[in-house]
Amino acid sequence: MSAAAPEPKANMGPPEPRIDGRLKVTGQARYPADVPVSNPLYAYLVTSAIARGRITSFDLGAARGVPGVADILTHENTHGDVKQPKFFADGGYASTSIRPLDSAQIWHDGQIIALVLAETYEAAREAAHRVKVNYVEETPTATFDDAGASTQLAKEARKTHEDPEVGNFDEAFRTAEVKLDEWYSTPTQHHNAMELFATTCAWAGPQLTIYEPSQFVYGLQNGVAEQLGIDPEHIRVVSTFIGGAFGSKGSTTPRTALVAIAARRLGRPVKLVATRDQGFTIATYRAETRHHLRLGAARDGKLVALSHEGWEVTSRPDAYMVSGTDTTSRMYAVPNVATNVSIVHADRNTPGFMRSPPETPYMYALESAMDELAVKLAMDPVELRRTNDTMKEPIKGLPYTSRSLMQCFEEASRTFGWSKRNPQPGSMRDGDWLIGWGCATACYPTHIAPATARVRLTPDGEARVETAAHDIGTGTYTVIGQVVAEKLGLPLEKVAVLLGDSQLPPAPVSGGSNVTASVCTVVAKACDAIRSRLGNPNAAELMDALKRQGAGAIEEYAENVSNGPPPESLPLLYKGAVKMAGGATLKDRIQYAFGAEFVEVRVHALTREIRVPRAVGAFAAGRIMNTRTAHSQLMGGMVWGIASALHEATEIDRRAARYVNDNFADYLVPVNADVNQLDVILVSEEDTKVNPLGIKGLGELGNVGTAAAVANAVFHATGRRVRDLPIRIDALLA
Amino acid sequence: MRPFVYDRATSVEEAIKAALALAKKPAGTAAAGPVNFLAGGTTLIDLMKLDVMRPERVIDINPLERAGRQGRIEASPQSLWLGGLVRMADVMRHPEVARDYPVIVQSLAFAASAQLRNMASLAGNVLQRTRCSYFRDTSWAACNKRDPGSGCAALDGVNRPHAVLGVSDHCIATYPGDFAQALIALDAKVEIAGVGGMRRIPFADLHRRPGDAPHIETVLQPGDLITGFEIPAAPWTRRSLYLKVRDRQSYEFALASAAVALDLAEGVVRGARIALGGVATVPWRAREAEAALAGKPLDEAAAKAAADAAFADATPRQHNAYKVPLGKATLARALMQAGSMEI
Ligand SMILES: Cc1cc2nc3c(=O)[nH]c(=O)nc-3n(C[C@H](O)[C@H](O)[C@H](O)COP(=O)(O)OP(=O)(O)OC[C@H]3O[C@@H](n4cnc5c(N)ncnc54)[C@H](O)[C@@H]3O)c2cc1C
Ligand code: SF4
Repeated sequence: MSAAAPEPKANMGPPEPRIDGRLKVTGQARYPADVPVSNPLYAYLVTSAIARGRITSFDLGAARGVPGVADILTHENTHGDVKQPKFFADGGYASTSIRPLDSAQIWHDGQIIALVLAETYEAAREAAHRVKVNYVEETPTATFDDAGASTQLAKEARKTHEDPEVGNFDEAFRTAEVKLDEWYSTPTQHHNAMELFATTCAWAGPQLTIYEPSQFVYGLQNGVAEQLGIDPEHIRVVSTFIGGAFGSKGSTTPRTALVAIAARRLGRPVKLVATRDQGFTIATYRAETRHHLRLGAARDGKLVALSHEGWEVTSRPDAYMVSGTDTTSRMYAVPNVATNVSIVHADRNTPGFMRSPPETPYMYALESAMDELAVKLAMDPVELRRTNDTMKEPIKGLPYTSRSLMQCFEEASRTFGWSKRNPQPGSMRDGDWLIGWGCATACYPTHIAPATARVRLTPDGEARVETAAHDIGTGTYTVIGQVVAEKLGLPLEKVAVLLGDSQLPPAPVSGGSNVTASVCTVVAKACDAIRSRLGNPNAAELMDALKRQGAGAIEEYAENVSNGPPPESLPLLYKGAVKMAGGATLKDRIQYAFGAEFVEVRVHALTREIRVPRAVGAFAAGRIMNTRTAHSQLMGGMVWGIASALHEATEIDRRAARYVNDNFADYLVPVNADVNQLDVILVSEEDTKVNPLGIKGLGELGNVGTAAAVANAVFHATGRRVRDLPIRIDALLA
Repeated sequence: MRPFVYDRATSVEEAIKAALALAKKPAGTAAAGPVNFLAGGTTLIDLMKLDVMRPERVIDINPLERAGRQGRIEASPQSLWLGGLVRMADVMRHPEVARDYPVIVQSLAFAASAQLRNMASLAGNVLQRTRCSYFRDTSWAACNKRDPGSGCAALDGVNRPHAVLGVSDHCIATYPGDFAQALIALDAKVEIAGVGGMRRIPFADLHRRPGDAPHIETVLQPGDLITGFEIPAAPWTRRSLYLKVRDRQSYEFALASAAVALDLAEGVVRGARIALGGVATVPWRAREAEAALAGKPLDEAAAKAAADAAFADATPRQHNAYKVPLGKATLARALMQAGSMEI
C-alpha cells in the first residue's frame, strides 16, 4: 500500500493495478489513430480564418498542384452529402447543428471549410497551407457584452428547463441581517486531452468502420448513420483506448461524417489527425460563465436567502447550457431560493460537456460567496458549512440518500491542520511569502443509466466480459474485471474485459460519472445469472459446479435499467440515446457524492506569483471499487481544479472572435512543479439507495470546489478577493 | 511545411559556402530568409510546420558540434567561452560555469523543458523567435514581422504577453529567450564566422529593435554563422542570478525576468549589470537601472529606485500594463536576492 494505492477502508475494494496499465506504458495499447489500415489517404483540415460571414471563393490551384494530393472537399463539391444533424440536447447525437462543408456560411472561427486528401500527411498539410480562401467578412460577436450578443432565458431556449426556487427570496434577502451581493466569472476552457481528435474511416462495400476515440461508441455509430443517411447496422465504431476525453469525445462532431464521405468518394480508407489548434474549434469546450450571487444570513450564520443567476455563452444556432443552479440551489439548508439561467449567443463554436460541466463554474461561484459570507459573519468557513448542512434539499424537501459532507470536512481539516489557521488575511507569512489557507465543498450528482453486458465463463476458469463501455483513463477495464473476478471467484488475470466497440452490447456514454455504477451493476447481474444457472454455489465452488454440469461454457447477456431511468430508456440505449437519471432529477430522493477540499497558497510579497504547496481533499462516494483508480481520479481532478483556479484560460481576440492561445505552450495546464503535496482521503460511506452496489461515481468530483478553495486561500493570503478566474499575477499586483 | 533542400555541413567553411549558394536575400534576415542553419531545430522545425518559416534550403550544422571550438565550453581566469553549438543542458551541468557565472546556468535551467534543453543549441537559443500568437498563426493577416507592411494584430489584440520596452508602432512582440539576458548583462561578445572571416561584436549589437522593420531581427548577414560567445570574467559574475517570473512554475516563457550581477563592497554597489527579459522586444540591458545603483548602498529603496529607472520609458498597452509593476518588482527582488547571496 502507498499513497497512490490506499489501504481500503470499510466498503472499499482493493487497489488493483490497472489491467491495461502495462499495455499503455509499454506503448502496446493501440489508440484509434494507431490502428493500421491498408493503403490509406491522409486528410488535413482547412479551417476558417474568420468567425462570421461567407466564403466567396476558393483558389485551389496551388494546393492541387502539390504532388500526392488526391482530392479537396469543399462545400462546392460536397454540398448535400451530409444530412442535417440534430443537436444532442434537442434529442440528436451531434455536438453541434452546424454542418460544415454544406454551404458557404461561416458560423465560427476555425470551422472546417475544406478537407485535403493526399498520399501522405505531409503533402496534405502542405496543400492545406496553400489553399486560398476568399471571404466576405461580417463583424463577429465574441462573447458577453459584445455588440450583437443575444441573450435568451434558459427556460425560453429549452422548454424542459426549470429554474429551482422556493419561498420568497426577495423578502428574505431584504430583511436578512447579513448580506452578500457579488459577481463572479469563469473563463473559456478547452479539454486539451493529450490525444488529438483523430478519425479513420474505412469502407468495405456498404460497411463502414470508424476508428475514433469516443466516450460513446453507440452514440457515434448512430450519429454518423444519421448524417450519412445509412442504417446504423452498417457502421462499426472501434475505440479500444482513449487518450483522455473529459467530455470532448462524447457527442458526434462534424469531422467524422466528412472523413466517411471522403473515404467513400475516393474508395480508400482515410485517416485524419487534427492538429492541437484545430482541436480548439472542431470540437467543444467549456464556455465562459458569469454569476450573480446573493446570500442572506442570520447573525448565527443560518442562511435565510440564496439567489444564483447564471449566464453562459453558446453558439448562434445551439442552445447549449449547463445550468448548475440545479446543484447550487440545493447544497445548503436555505428556505428562500431564487435562481435564473440565461444563455448568450455569439459567433462561436458550440460548447459542450467538460468535466463536471455545471458544478465546476457554478460551485466556484457559490463556494466563493460562502467564504465571503463567512468573513462578513466573522465565522470559520467550515462552521458556516456545518451550520447550513442538511440531509434534505430545500427546493422540494427530498432526502439525500446519503451525505457525508461534514465527515469529509472533519477528516480533511484534521489532516490539513486547519485549526492552526489565523483567520486574519495576510497574517500567516513565511519570509517573503504570504500564506493563505482556504477551503470549499465539492459535490457531484450520482447518476445511473441503462446498460447491457455479456459475460462468458469457460470450464478452464476463464471469464470474458463484453460491453460497449469506454475506459477514458478512468480505470473502467479494471473495475469491471474486478466485479467479474469477485462474483465468479476468479483471479483478476483470468478475466478478459472487452470495451469500446459498437459491436459489443450497448453501454451508456462515459459521462456524468455514471459508468462505474451503470456498467458494474449490469455486469454483476450477468454474473449472478451465471451463478444462478449453476445453483448459486459460493464463489469458491463455482468452477466445480460448472465442470460438474459438463455443458461447456456458460454465457449470459444481461440488461439493466434500475434506480431511476424509466424502462423505455433501455431500448433507446440500443439507438445510442442516453437517458441517465440521478442527482436532483429524481422524484423521491436526491443523490450526490461529496467532498471537502483544503488548499494552501503562497503568494510572493513582491512579484505576486501564486503557488500551491499543498492541498488536501476528503471524498465520500459510496462504495469505492478500487482505491487506486479512485485515488487517481480524485487527485487528477484536484490538479485540474488548481489549474482552473490559476492557469487554464482560452484567450479570445474580441475583434475577431478567435481563440489566440490555441497551443500547449500558451494554453497553460499545470506541470509537475505546480503540484506539490496533494493528499486524497477516501471517506467510508454506504448508500444502497443509489444502486444495488452502492456506487456513486467520482470521476468528476475532485475538480469541483478546488477553484473556490484556491481563490479563498488567495484572499486569506493577500486580503484581495479575486472574483474572475483564473487568478493570475496581474490581479494581485499594485 | 513546404519542401526544402537539406544539406549537411561538416565544417564552418562548408556551412557558409552552402548558405551563400542561395544568397539573394536581404541583410539581417538570417533567421527568416531562404537559407536556414539547422541546429537543435526546436525553433526552426516548429515554425516550418506552422508554415511561418519557409526556407528553401536547410543546412544541418550539427556535425560542427564535434568539429571545433563552436562545440566547446572553455573557462579561463580571463573569460568564459561558450560555443554556439553547445547544447543548453551541457552548460547547466558545467561546475565552473555554475560556480562563477550562476546567472548563465540559471537562465538556461529555467528555460523550456529538459527535452528541449538537450536538443537546443546556444546559438539557436539566442536566435529563437517571438512567441507572439499572431506571428505564429498564419491565418492572422496582420503581422509586420511575418509579412512586412501587413500591420500588427497585437497592438489592439490579446497582448498580455507582449513587450513594454523597445516597442514600436509596428511591432510589440516580446523577445522570449532567457539566456540572452545573461549574455547582454555580462557584456558578452558574439563571434560570427562569415564571408569575410571571423568577427566579434558586442552581443548587445546582435539584435535590432523592431522600429519600422520588425522582420529584420538581427545584424547577421547571409552566410553568417554564430560560432560562440565570450563572456569576460569580472568581479560581479559570481554574485549573479536570474529571476524568472511566470504563471506556472516551470516550462513557460517569462512574464518578466531579471538577470543581475553585482559587485558589492561593504554593502555598497561598486558595479551592477542588469538585463530584463519578458518585457522587451530585444534582449534588454537596463543601463538606467545600473546607473541608479552605482555607488549606493544596496537596500530596498535603492533597488526600487533602480527598478523605477528601468521602466521609466515603458509603453504598456491594454492587457500588458501589469508588466510595468511586475517588471519592477522582479528587478527589485532580484537585486535584493543577489545582495544577500553568499559567494
Ligand atoms: C515549448 C517550448 C518552450 C520553450 N521555452 C523556453 C524558455 O522558457 N526560455 C527560452 O529561453 N527558450 C525557450 N524555448 C526556446 C528554445 O530554447 C529554442 O527553441 C532553442 O534554444 C533554439 O535552439 P535550436 O538549437 O533548437 O535552434 P534551431 O531551431 O535549430 O535554430 C533557430 C534559428 O537559429 C538559426 N541558427 C541556429 N544555429 C545557428 C548558428 N550557429 N548560427 C546562425 N544561425 C543559427 C537557425 O537557422 C534558426 O533560424 C522554448 C521552446 C519551446 C518549443
Ligand atoms: S507584435 Fe510583432 S510579431 Fe506580433 S503581430 Fe505585431 S508585428 Fe507581428
